Amino acid sequence: MHIVVCVKQVPDTRIIKVNPKTNTLDRRGIPAILNPFDSHAVEAGVRLKEKYGGSVSVVSMGPPNAVKMIRKCVEIGADEGYLISDRFFAGADTLATSYALYKAFEKMLEEKPVDIIICGKQTIDGDTGQVGPGIARRLDIPPITNVIEIKEVDEKARKVIVKRKLEDGYEMIESSMPCLLTVEKDINPVSYSPLPNMIRAARYEPTIWKVDDLNDVDKKQLGLKGSPTIVAKMFAPPKLEGGKKIEGNAEQQSREIVSLLLEKPELFEKKRGGA
Amino acid sequence: MENNRGVWVYMEQKEGQIVNVSLELLGAGRKLAEKLDVPLSGVLLGDKVKHLIPTIFEYGADEVYVMDDPILKNYRTESFMKGVNYYAEKYQPEIFLFGATPNGKDLASAVATDLCTGLTADTTMLDVEVETRLLEASRPAFGGNIMATILCKKHRPQMATVRPKVMKALQPEMGRKGKIIEDSLNVKEESLRTKVLEIVKDTKKKLKLDEADIIVAGGKGLGDEKGFTLIHELAEVLGGSVGASRDVVEAGWVGHDHQIGQTGITVTPKIYFAIGISGAVQHVVGMKNSELIIAINKDPDAAIFDASTYSVIGDALEILPILIEEFRAALKQEDGELKHA
Ligand SMILES: Cc1cc2nc3c(=O)[nH]c(=O)nc-3n(C[C@H](O)[C@H](O)[C@H](O)COP(=O)(O)OP(=O)(O)OC[C@H]3O[C@@H](n4cnc5c(N)ncnc54)[C@H](O)[C@@H]3O)c2cc1C
Ligand SMILES: Nc1ncnc2c1ncn2[C@@H]1O[C@H](COP(=O)(O)O)[C@@H](O)[C@H]1O
Repeated sequence: MHIVVCVKQVPDTRIIKVNPKTNTLDRRGIPAILNPFDSHAVEAGVRLKEKYGGSVSVVSMGPPNAVKMIRKCVEIGADEGYLISDRFFAGADTLATSYALYKAFEKMLEEKPVDIIICGKQTIDGDTGQVGPGIARRLDIPPITNVIEIKEVDEKARKVIVKRKLEDGYEMIESSMPCLLTVEKDINPVSYSPLPNMIRAARYEPTIWKVDDLNDVDKKQLGLKGSPTIVAKMFAPPKLEGGKKIEGNAEQQSREIVSLLLEKPELFEKKRGGA
Repeated sequence: MENNRGVWVYMEQKEGQIVNVSLELLGAGRKLAEKLDVPLSGVLLGDKVKHLIPTIFEYGADEVYVMDDPILKNYRTESFMKGVNYYAEKYQPEIFLFGATPNGKDLASAVATDLCTGLTADTTMLDVEVETRLLEASRPAFGGNIMATILCKKHRPQMATVRPKVMKALQPEMGRKGKIIEDSLNVKEESLRTKVLEIVKDTKKKLKLDEADIIVAGGKGLGDEKGFTLIHELAEVLGGSVGASRDVVEAGWVGHDHQIGQTGITVTPKIYFAIGISGAVQHVVGMKNSELIIAINKDPDAAIFDASTYSVIGDALEILPILIEEFRAALKQEDGELKHA
């Protein structure tokens, strides 16, 4: 079985700061990391490999230094890595990204078939979750989003059964293979990398493709030019007003809160009726 | 592109009920449609869902595109996408909005790819520039540190998924009527590659956070897990639910289900307590539309006070035990009075 995981190198937005005067992002010293959701996606692929055999490849579109992130995926247990990197890809929105990755898949498919594609639920920079379903549509395979468990893979019958998270529970979905899954963090804890993986990763060189290495690419659909959406402006989140101060010592403050709430008796009626 | 007209809203339904975000989007869509002077339409797919049509008109739609077929009983990307694309290709809307729910996002992503157009994710502000007829979809970017306004200039429809609970539904207008467009979905079950085997409701959450009237949320300011038990106590006394900031969840003081904010749940209770929470934008986006917000923080400059209705500057560990006792006493007394009445 051949599992391919889509991974992206992202700035660690958890520590990004915005300059409040200029409304620009201060990217200085912000490390580039493997998108957290994608590390769970790689882990999911590696677990499938352990259970059913086969191999795990990762594919990414990104700058040349994304090689480092691909090595991280090898540490987790990926066998091969593919990076498509070219200035033509730069500035892509989700539609242009899914197109470029679809072209990468076509190229990979020349070498060997792909059975399951796994994406992260979303990235922490783009934050859309749209790229996975986009790739699935372009490859014309079923997308299944928000997967929290891969219950069963039946290679002979070419079927998978997965658990998909819903707002108020989950659903079990059966899909034919190949298919594309996007995974939530709940799917697995990412385990520590075994030493042999670390050693292999340190020297690993992924396959790198430029646009012209891919087949029949319509360059108009790539990068900034191929992106229907544009960012027109950035601004600070609307500032809120702030409210009334409740003064005094802890007792006085507590009493005032209590009387404020008791002005809303309707809130407590339901509790009596229900409980 | 010039032929694309009309504002469409995908009407997500679940078990024969329209989900709230779709009604909210009819409210938001109504404003856009009026500015552009075009009809507002709802797109409804499902099995035996026609009884929902009047509701869609009452909440502001002028037209409903409906497809009713047993194949559409459960949501599946493939079948729903085919139905939605059929209408979108035939009638060419200029704006198409979806709720940013798991199914809404899934569907919108597939539809946008097939229509080869732009899709803005998780929008929290919507407007339209009348002269250019461009949808201005704004959303938090870079972890919510900044807002970005996204335009889709050259492709139609202009699509966006919109976060639940940020737009306001209109007051329903009883008896309001409109035009119904119905077509059949020409899809055979054998051609579909996915099947929903079962749907399981999570029953262990007694009180759903996004439906709670009172939420008591705690942050890192409670110091440790033990400090956080005061949050549980206050919630219990008030019959409310427990919420938390991400840092608290990451510290493991409480489960992930309780996280409020950008990467957690968006809530709009009647009363929201934010206790020992700094008020980072990512937290505030998830609770700022609560009716009444009481913030307790010992730092007078904490950002949470910008969002609060009542600001209590003080030490939560000192105030909470007193507050819990005061409420306990007050509510008991009320119970007593009620019994005698
Ligand atoms: C991409 C991204 C997504 C995120 N999503 C979310 C999200 O969904 N939800 C979320 O909450 N956060 C989210 N965050 C994290 C967010 O930026 C903050 O880090 C987090 O909300 C801070 O949690 P906190 O307020 O509990 O802790 P802190 O920031 O540490 O604040 C603690 C507060 O408690 C006060 N305090 C200390 N001691 C006391 C005391 N004894 N009495 C009273 N007050 C006291 C302090 O003055 C301080 O204001 C996200 C961040 C990123 C980058
Ligand atoms: N440039 C990229 N290269 C490879 N995979 C990507 C890229 N961008 C997005 N993805 C995949 O698509 C998922 C969703 O990304 P997004 O739509 O940006 O939130 C990610 O978790 C990745 O699995």
